[in-house]
Amino acid sequence: MVAKRIIPCLDVRDGKTVKGVHFLGLREVGDAVGLGAKYAREGADELVYLDISATLEGRRTFTQLVSEISARIDIPFTVGGGISSLADAARLLEAGADKVSVNSAAIRTPGLIDEIASHFGNQFVVVAIDARMVGDRWMATTHGGSRPTDRELFTWAREAQERGAGEILFTSMDHDGTKKGYPVRTFARLCDSLTIPVIASGGAGSIDDIAEVLTEGKADAALAASIFHYGEIPIPVLKAALAERGIPVRL
Amino acid sequence: MIAVVDYEAGNVRSVLNALRRCGAEDVVLTAREDLLRAADKVILPGVGDASVALESLRESGLDRVILSLERPVLGICVGMQILCERTEEGNAEGLGVFRTAVQRFRPSGDLKIPHMGWNTLTTLRPPLFAGLEEGTYVYYVHSYYAGICPDTIAETSHGVSFSAALCRDRFFGTQFHPEKSGSAGERILQNFLAL
Repeated sequence: MVAKRIIPCLDVRDGKTVKGVHFLGLREVGDAVGLGAKYAREGADELVYLDISATLEGRRTFTQLVSEISARIDIPFTVGGGISSLADAARLLEAGADKVSVNSAAIRTPGLIDEIASHFGNQFVVVAIDARMVGDRWMATTHGGSRPTDRELFTWAREAQERGAGEILFTSMDHDGTKKGYPVRTFARLCDSLTIPVIASGGAGSIDDIAEVLTEGKADAALAASIFHYGEIPIPVLKAALAERGIPVRL
Repeated sequence: MIAVVDYEAGNVRSVLNALRRCGAEDVVLTAREDLLRAADKVILPGVGDASVALESLRESGLDRVILSLERPVLGICVGMQILCERTEEGNAEGLGVFRTAVQRFRPSGDLKIPHMGWNTLTTLRPPLFAGLEEGTYVYYVHSYYAGICPDTIAETSHGVSFSAALCRDRFFGTQFHPEKSGSAGERILQNFLAL
């Protein structure tokens, strides 16, 4: 049986890992390659590196960083942030990334998903969806949650799957950074409506939250940042606790 | 010298990096017949569409070179699949080393396709898996699998049991990615390099 995955997420700006609450108030937490290697040793199943650099120079630094990650890290890693063309994806593949995650650009140009998938395979494309409740509907947002779109979560996720996405990374912008847990019923509905794996992101504050989204929420993987970066829940402790609850994890 | 076959088969960087982490110093990425023949070990990587990979190998004549190599060859993921008899992907004829066919996972119930993530190895056979325990986790990303056959040297289950690894004579293949499978993957690569 395929194990449920635990994925630390590292937001990187100019080569350094940062993490904020509600994407604001960024705080530097450490060296990106070193931190990733530490997580890999501790039992992380994959890593996600998100480039939040705002400048061209920052982007160049990030590509260089991806090469260093690929040389050092022996587990799969996904890179995201500002990928808006096939050329961006190709550059990161060449640098050694196992997957790229596309978000705003895929909403703007959905054909980008087909294009990357047909060139590099479905496994290479993760479609990240940041959504929040608007009335009684989950609506996708872009630009770190700051811009609303007219795309509804479930139909957009289905479309992304049909276009060739290999995974969906769903973040509830209403929960991200709050440490109050995931919207579990929404995750269960999303997972039931897709055949590709779903990664749950945004909101984990406790081991219970993560256990819940992997069981009742039916998610295939849980991604988190601050609980790992600040040492609140060490990965070995988390995985041992999940295993104790009968959740299949790689120990 | 360790040669990694260069035939535009996706991300080979991680394979090269993993070999270097295993301590292999002389690693070349090449499509040159003389280098492939001179290599102590040859690795056939592969990501993407198996039928496209096969077409590329046949066009360059590398298919015949690979089949006539005298040193151990390891196919990884699609690199393993193309060494099978045939594949459902693009309905292509394989190179016919391993006595099994490659087919697509059939959707059923909660089964996720692609099979992506860490899964366990069972019924392990040496020498590739020397020192590894039953139930060791390795990393997979694939939508097609090779059925169980007499060449199967490890199994994994995802809806069905399939060949996690194959071996026939000097040819080896892994469906999983040893280069992405942490310390277990490194041990498997080292076992191959030590053959």
